[in-house]
Amino acid sequence: MSKTLEMNEPDTRNRLDDMAGRNVGAPMDRPDGPAKVAGAAPYAAEYVIDNVAEGVLVTAPFARGTITSIDERSITGMDGVIAVISDERLTARPAQGTANETPVQTPLSIAYFGQPFALVVAETFEQARNAAKALKFDYSADDPSEIPFDPEAVEAEENDATRQGDLDKAMADAAHSVDITYYTEGHASAAMEPHAAIAEWDGERLTVHASLQMPNYNITELADSLNLEEDNIRILSRYVGGGFGSKLGVSQETVAASIAAMKLGRPVRVVMSRQQVFQTVMRRSETKQRLRLAADKDGRLTGFGHEALVSNLPEEDFAEPVTQASAFLYPGKDRELLIEVARIHRMTAGSVRAPGEAVGMQTLEAAMDELAEKLELDPVELRLRNIPDEHPASGLPYSSRKMEEALKQGAEAFGWHSGPRKPRQKREGEWWIGTGMATAARIHNVGEAEARVTLNGDGTVLVETDMTDIGTGTYSILTQIAADMLGVEPAKVLVDLGDTNHPRGPGSGGSWGAASSGSSVFIACEAVRKAIAEKLGVEEADLELSGGTAKGGGQEKLLSELAGNEGIAKTGTFKPGDAQDDYAMASYGAFFSEVAVNRWTGEARVRRMLGAFGFGRVLNAKTARSQCIGGMTWCIGAALTESLLFDPVDGHVVNCDLAEYHVPVHRDVPHLDVLMIEERDPAASPIQAKGVGELGICGGAGAIANAIYNACGARLYEFPMTPDRIIAAMPED
Amino acid sequence: MKPFAYLRPDSLTHASQLTEEPSAIPIAGGTNLLDLMKLQVETPESLIDVNKLSLSEIGDEGEGLRIGALATNTATAAHPRVRSDYPVLARAILAGATQQLRNKATTAGNLCQRTRCYYFTNIDQPCNKREPGSGCGALDGIARLHAILGASSQCIATYPGDMAVAMAALGAEVEIMNAGGETTRVPLEDFHRLPGDTPEKDNILESGDIITGVILPAPVKGVQLYRKVRERSSYAFALCSVAAIVNMEEGRIGDIALAFGGLAHKPWRDKRVEEALKGTEPSLKGFDEAAEILLEDAQGYGENDFKIPLTRRTLKAVLCEATGMDT
Ligand SMILES: Cc1cc2nc3c(=O)[nH]c(=O)nc-3n(C[C@H](O)[C@H](O)[C@H](O)COP(=O)(O)OP(=O)(O)OC[C@H]3O[C@@H](n4cnc5c(N)ncnc54)[C@H](O)[C@@H]3O)c2cc1C
Ligand code: SF4
Repeated sequence: MSKTLEMNEPDTRNRLDDMAGRNVGAPMDRPDGPAKVAGAAPYAAEYVIDNVAEGVLVTAPFARGTITSIDERSITGMDGVIAVISDERLTARPAQGTANETPVQTPLSIAYFGQPFALVVAETFEQARNAAKALKFDYSADDPSEIPFDPEAVEAEENDATRQGDLDKAMADAAHSVDITYYTEGHASAAMEPHAAIAEWDGERLTVHASLQMPNYNITELADSLNLEEDNIRILSRYVGGGFGSKLGVSQETVAASIAAMKLGRPVRVVMSRQQVFQTVMRRSETKQRLRLAADKDGRLTGFGHEALVSNLPEEDFAEPVTQASAFLYPGKDRELLIEVARIHRMTAGSVRAPGEAVGMQTLEAAMDELAEKLELDPVELRLRNIPDEHPASGLPYSSRKMEEALKQGAEAFGWHSGPRKPRQKREGEWWIGTGMATAARIHNVGEAEARVTLNGDGTVLVETDMTDIGTGTYSILTQIAADMLGVEPAKVLVDLGDTNHPRGPGSGGSWGAASSGSSVFIACEAVRKAIAEKLGVEEADLELSGGTAKGGGQEKLLSELAGNEGIAKTGTFKPGDAQDDYAMASYGAFFSEVAVNRWTGEARVRRMLGAFGFGRVLNAKTARSQCIGGMTWCIGAALTESLLFDPVDGHVVNCDLAEYHVPVHRDVPHLDVLMIEERDPAASPIQAKGVGELGICGGAGAIANAIYNACGARLYEFPMTPDRIIAAMPED
Repeated sequence: MKPFAYLRPDSLTHASQLTEEPSAIPIAGGTNLLDLMKLQVETPESLIDVNKLSLSEIGDEGEGLRIGALATNTATAAHPRVRSDYPVLARAILAGATQQLRNKATTAGNLCQRTRCYYFTNIDQPCNKREPGSGCGALDGIARLHAILGASSQCIATYPGDMAVAMAALGAEVEIMNAGGETTRVPLEDFHRLPGDTPEKDNILESGDIITGVILPAPVKGVQLYRKVRERSSYAFALCSVAAIVNMEEGRIGDIALAFGGLAHKPWRDKRVEEALKGTEPSLKGFDEAAEILLEDAQGYGENDFKIPLTRRTLKAVLCEATGMDT
C-alpha cells in the first residue's frame, strides 16, 4: 500500500513539530561522514570491478565542422588497445537538467572545441589515454573567422519576456533612478569529483555506477540515448563528489561507457580528465545585464527593468534565467524583464550553481546600492521599503517570507551602521575597509518524489529512494525525518540512496531535493504510522511513537513486535499541486560583508561576511549551515576570482584546470556567520521546508561589490572584481 | 602520457650521462613535469630520477649559503639561515603554490618549472615554445598571464615562479654540472633567457646539464620584502611580484636590489631602476620615476595591459613599505 499527497493546499499541520523525537532540525552529524573521511565511501570510478577496461574520450581540436573519418588502424597495434568506439549514439553534449530525453547525439558533427566524438578503450588508463591522443582522424573544419564566439557580435533571439506598463515613462518620471549595464563572466561548476562512470552489461541488463545528480531523469536520458528500455538499466549514484549543476543531466562519459560495455561485453570505465570536465560538460553563460530601477522620492520602486543577454549553442533550450528573482522580489508596476540568447559556439551552457539568481541577484543588488546612494538612504532601509504586498506581475500572494526578518536580524547581528554612507572613510595601512549588503532570494521549487519506508521486524527502519546526496546532507535529513516520524533513534534508520531500483526520488538540483524527497519520506512514514495505528486499533492521530514503542488507546507495544516478521513497508509519493501555482514561493535572506581593498594593488579580500536566511523548516542545522557557507563561498568566487576565459579565435575554454580557474581557497574565505531564521512555510511542502542549497549564492557577490565601493570608491560593472579592474576604477589618491 | 623508461642513477656523473640523450629529462619532485607529461606537453623517452643523488643539503658556503638542488622548497623556506639572513627568499617560496606542493618541489625543479601559458599546456593549440614554428596561440588569444617586458614576436610567455625572483634580487648563482663532469656557476640572472627566436629554450641548460645547487652570496643589510599580487590570495601564480632588498642610510636609500616576477620570460632585474633610487630620499615622485624607467619598454597584449599600471603601483607599495615611508 502506498500513500500519495498532492500539494493542493498549504499544509498547516506542522506535524513534525508534534513528534516526540527532536531529531529534525538538530545539528546531527552526517551518517555518511565517517565513511567519507575514511575513504570507505566509493565514488563512481572507485568501484572495484573485475576485468574492467578503461575508456578515454577523444575530443575535437576545432570549433565547428565534421569528423569525416576515423582511422582505427592508426592505434590498433598500440599496447593494450582494445577498440575505438565511434557510434552514432555517442552524445555530443550533456543533457540539460530534467531534460528526460537524450541530449544532442550527432558526435561527428562538431559544434564546439573539445566536443567528444569517439572513445578509445584499452586495458589500462595510461594506454587508453596515450592511444586517444594518437588516434588519427580526418575532418573538415569551418573557417573559424566565420564562426560566432562572441555573444555581442551576433543577433540574439528573445527567450523570455515580461512587459507590463510603461517602464520608459516610469524612468522619466522617477524622482530617482539608475540605469546600469553589468557584465558577468562564465562560471564552471568545478566539482571536486570529475565526471565518471563504470558500465557493466550482462547481455540484457546494463548497470552503471555514475556520478549523477538526478538518476530518476538520467535513467530516461540514458535509455533514450541507447535505445534501451529503462527496465533494463540500473544507475547507481550513492556518493557524488559535488555536482553544482554539471551532473544534472546524463553526460558524455556515461553514455560512452555504456555503449562500449555493450559492444565489448566487458565492463568499461570512463573518467573525464579535469580539462575535459572544464571543456566539454557545462558552463554558466557569461551575461550582459541592464538594470533599470525607477523610484519615488521615498525610495519606493515604481519601475523595474532587468534585461539580460546570455548565450548557448544552437539547439539548446536552456537560457540562464537571469531575471528569475527579479520577477517577484521587488515592486514596480511598470516592468520589463527580458532574456535574450546569442547562439555561439562555445561549449554547452547549462545549470551551474543557482542558475539565474546567482548572476541576476548580484547585479540587481549592486544597482540597488547605487539607488540607495542617490536617495541618501540606508541600503537596508531601501530594501525594507520595497517588500511588495503581492507578486508584482501575477498578483499572487506570497507564501511565508522572512525577508524583513533577515534584513533586520542580519543587520543587527553584523553590526551594520545604518547612518548615511560614504565611500573611503576607513583605512588601515594600505587597506581601505568598507561594508556592503544585499538581499538574498531564490525561487522555491519542488518535484515529484517517491520513497519507500520499511519498519523492520527488528525495530530498524529502512528508507529507499533513488534520490542522491551530492554532499548536501540527504542521508542526514531523511534519517532525521524517519526517526522522528516513527519514534526511533537515528542510529536505527538506514537510508539507502542513489539506486534506480528504488522508488524514484526528485534528484538533487534547483535546491528542491530536501523539501521534495523529505516530503516523500514523511508521507511514507505517515502510511507506516497508519498501519501501526490499525494494528493497535487506534486513530493514527492518537498514536504516539517514541523510543521504539507505540502508544495509543491505553496500550503500549514495541514497534518491532508490531512490524512482525514481514515488516511494514509503505511507499510515499509527493506531488506538486495547486499550492505551487497559488503562491509566489521563495527562500529569502540578506548578506552583509566587510571587505578590504588594497589601495595600491587593487586586491580585494573579504574580512567577514554574514548571511541571514529564511528557508522554511530547518531540517538539520549543521548541514543547512554548511550549505549556506558553501553558497557564501561561491559568492566570494563570483565577486572576486572566478571567470571562465574563452579563446577569441576558436572559442575553447583556456583556463581549464583548478590552477587557473580560481575558485576561492581557504585563505580567501574568512569566518562566515550564518543566521537561520525560524520559519515554517506551509505552502512550500508538507514538511514546511523550502530550498536552501542555492540560497547562499544568490546576491552575496553584490554585497561584496557594494563593500568594495564603500571601501575604496570604485564602482565596478564587471564581475569578478579582479585587481586589474579595481585599479582601473579606483579614484586616485 | 606516452610510455617512457624510468631510470634512477645513484651517481651524478651517471645521471648527467643519461641526461645527455636529448629525449631524456631529469625529474625531481615531479610536481610540474608529471602534469605536463599527462597532458603530453612533455614526452620524454626516459625519465632520469635524480632523487638518489645527495643534493638536498643546505649549508654554509663561506659567508653565503649553498642550497642543494634537491632541497625541498619547504626545507629551504624553514632553514634558520634563510629565515634570518635571506628572508626575501623564505617569503617568496611561501608565497608560491601550496604546502603540499612545496613539500615535494625542489630548488632545481622550481628554477626549471615551465610557463603556465594556457596555449603551451594545450597540445591542440599552436605554441612556438612547445612546437617551434607552430605559431603563438596567446598572441591572438588570452594573454592575461603574459609578459610585458622582453617578449618576442615568437613568444610572450612568462616564467611563472617566485623563488627565483627572490634569488635574482639576492644575486644568487646557479651551479651546474655538465655531461663532461665539469661544474660551472652562472648568475641566476643569466640562467633564464628571453624567448627571442628560440622560445623552446627556457634557460641555458644543455643536454646532460644537471643543476647541483644554488649559492647565495653573503647576506646584505636592509629590509627584505616579497610582494605578490593576485586575485586569489593563495594557490595562484603572480600577476606581478616584486622582491626588494632596501638598505636605508640616514633617511636615504642606500644599497638596493629589485627583481620582478610575472612580467617576463625570466625574473626581471633592471639595474637602472636601482641606480635611479640609490641615494635618493624616499618619495612617491621618486618611486614613480623609477617605475617609469622600469616600464619604459613595457608592452601589453590586450588582456595583460593592466600589468603596466599594476606593476607601477606594486613597486610603489613595496618601496613605501621598505623605506618606512608614511603615506
Ligand atoms: C597548482 C600549482 C600551483 C603552483 N603555484 C606556484 C606558485 O605560485 N609559485 C611558484 O613559484 N611555483 C608554483 N608552482 C610550481 C612549483 O613550484 C613547481 O612545480 C615546483 O617547484 C617544481 O619542482 P619539482 O621538483 O617538482 O620539479 P619537477 O616537476 O620534477 O621538474 C621540473 C623541471 O625541472 C627539471 N629539473 C628538475 N631537477 C633538475 C636538476 N637537478 N637539473 C636540471 N633540471 C632539473 C625537470 O627536468 C623539469 O623540466 C605551482 C605548481 C602547481 C602544480
Ligand atoms: S606565449 Fe609562448 S608559450 Fe604561450 S603560446 Fe605563445 S609561444 Fe607558446
